[in-house]
Amino acid sequence: MIAGLFRFKGGIKPETHKNASAGAPIQIAPLPKQLIVPLRQSPRATAECIVVPGQKVLKGERIGLPDSPLSTAVHAPTSGTVVEITPHAMAHPSGLQTRCVVIEPDGDERWVERPTLDYQSTSPKEALAWLRDHGIVGLGGATFPSHIKAGVDGGIETLILNGAECEPWITCDDRLMRERADGIVAGALILKHLTGAREIVFGVEDNKPQAIEALRTAIHGLSGDITVIPVPSLYPAGGEKQLIRVLTGVEIPHGKLGGDFGVQCFNVGTAYAVNRAINHGEPLVSRVMTVTGNVEKPGNFEVLIGTPVEALLALGQPKADTGRILMGGPMMGFELPRLDVPATKATNCLIATSPALFPPPPPEMNCIRCGACAAVCPAELQPFELYWFSRARNFGKAQEYHLFDCIECGCCSYVCPSQIRLVDYYRFAKGEIWAREREKSAADAARERFEFRNERQAREKREKAEKLAAKAAATKAKLAATSADAPAPAAADAPASPDDAKRALIAAALERAKAQKAAAEPKNTDALTPAQAAQVAEADERRAAKAATDTAADAPESN
Amino acid sequence: MLTAILVMTGIALVLGAALGFAAIFFKVEGDPLVDNIDAILPQTQCGQCGFPGCRPYAEAIANGEADINQCPPGGEEGIRHLADLLGREFKPLDEEHGVEKPKSVAIIDEETCIGCTLCIQACPVDAIVGAAKQMHVIVEAECTGCELCIAPCPVDCITMEPLKENVKTWKWKYPVIQIKDVA
Repeated sequence: MIAGLFRFKGGIKPETHKNASAGAPIQIAPLPKQLIVPLRQSPRATAECIVVPGQKVLKGERIGLPDSPLSTAVHAPTSGTVVEITPHAMAHPSGLQTRCVVIEPDGDERWVERPTLDYQSTSPKEALAWLRDHGIVGLGGATFPSHIKAGVDGGIETLILNGAECEPWITCDDRLMRERADGIVAGALILKHLTGAREIVFGVEDNKPQAIEALRTAIHGLSGDITVIPVPSLYPAGGEKQLIRVLTGVEIPHGKLGGDFGVQCFNVGTAYAVNRAINHGEPLVSRVMTVTGNVEKPGNFEVLIGTPVEALLALGQPKADTGRILMGGPMMGFELPRLDVPATKATNCLIATSPALFPPPPPEMNCIRCGACAAVCPAELQPFELYWFSRARNFGKAQEYHLFDCIECGCCSYVCPSQIRLVDYYRFAKGEIWAREREKSAADAARERFEFRNERQAREKREKAEKLAAKAAATKAKLAATSADAPAPAAADAPASPDDAKRALIAAALERAKAQKAAAEPKNTDALTPAQAAQVAEADERRAAKAATDTAADAPESN
Repeated sequence: MLTAILVMTGIALVLGAALGFAAIFFKVEGDPLVDNIDAILPQTQCGQCGFPGCRPYAEAIANGEADINQCPPGGEEGIRHLADLLGREFKPLDEEHGVEKPKSVAIIDEETCIGCTLCIQACPVDAIVGAAKQMHVIVEAECTGCELCIAPCPVDCITMEPLKENVKTWKWKYPVIQIKDVA
């Protein structure tokens, strides 16, 4: 049991704007005309497609198999027909394309057979494979495969369920906790069983009293160590390391994860998806998303994965002056380069912006070294130093200042009096460092292959020379042996000159060839019947007679 | 006087012995400078520098036989790194050896390839798969873009394709700073 709460350093209190959509119950989003299901679920992992165009699929049918340890299965979000498998723009700041399965719904929503799993009597390994095959990934935004996170071998004391939802505008987890607390708790119990944790702690920001109440009602009467703890509303309290710090006091150092300290953290949405997968046999084909911002009817929708963003946005009825569309929250989300991209498992929110709600950023000014960014940095970094190094492309130094501990929460940019968009510089620097590392490993691989090739060529040359030398030696030895036996004069003085030796070699070769030819004379005359033998004899006789007459005829001319 | 000479000689002998032993015990195998230079070179093994591979070029630089600005695939950044390492002045790429190009991979046109294996023999990193009278294919992940396979091809079926950005290689761009709105 946790006695008191702790604090993480820094943090900010932005205007939450959650009231816009917090009151709207989760509605089932209508079926779109087409579902575009990306086979790639994160930059890390993709899936191997197992359907073909024209194939009929049922809701929840597997259409992609995991092809790497960090990959999970992909499922058809509804019943219908696979129209095509094609590259399509994905929900990513780059707007790059990825392979997607386009499904035309038949409107029946017919489920595939849904067996459930009795997780308490099966081995954890089987249950983890079940999660992978049901496409369960972290729904907090990073889509890290849950079977990896839940599959740490023991040592987990505390299981934290993250219901902090600290980003402004987003209310999908809030609504999920209010309406489906039982499912979340059931999922939490499964995760507790899988990780072997001793206690379950729900961390919910105290600006969601109804969600806290609903969870408390759901855990009422449950045995075991399970608590719901309201945490102070302070962005980014929902960051994994920050929430762990607040709830347990454990500060995760550089390069370590919660699991190393006996704490594992899952999003409440993930717990709900785990419950659906194990207790109801449903793969992860939908999730709750918030549509808010500059819209007439902000709300929360249960959306099928693959629903195009434009269809989803239409549910909220964007106002006329809507500009850019953000996916994710205003702090960590990104601007969508186009609107035909599909919603993914990572999509928790769509925000329509307007000049009034999201005024264009004022011009950037020089850093005045005020240190406000360092005061709010929840990762306890020195953002201004990172900014200078990143801006100057001094990446080695940026790494020395632990650039990669930056969680890109945006607190520094939020407080910067010079309106410097610091996170943009960090993202740029991180990307460059990764690119360099990729280049380096590619160069190392090329060097290795080049050296191996040179070595191989040298070896082949050497082997060929050795083989030739061995052969020459063998022939010489053989020749010496034959010359010793044969009293022929040519062979007798063979050792005298190399020319003679060569000649002898040629003679021997000719001899061998002759012998071979003799041995290889017509084979089809073996094993003949007496009748055939007689025929052959007759033919031979005729041939001999003809030859005799021919010679006789030719004789006068040749003379 | 004599004492002073003896003391000085003694010190000289002791220090000399220490240095001599150090030279034997801390002897560095190979030339670390060549390794350091080789680590900076892009390992394209294209030979544009005039040496048969990156390591020979690294050796030539270390021996002062080649300049640091002869590697087009390494580009300006590579020259800067070499200049830093060797304490020399930066100088622009020597265009005699080629120009900096975007990173590319070779692609074999499957229709035209006659399976002559000449490109396979030319590839410095064994990135081409194929057999006599069978179509050849380039293993894209291993291709360094050295272009050495292009010249030997008797039917000109190899082209260089610049690498396209994908979600794994995509990077955030350098932030563009808006200084002030001009009315």
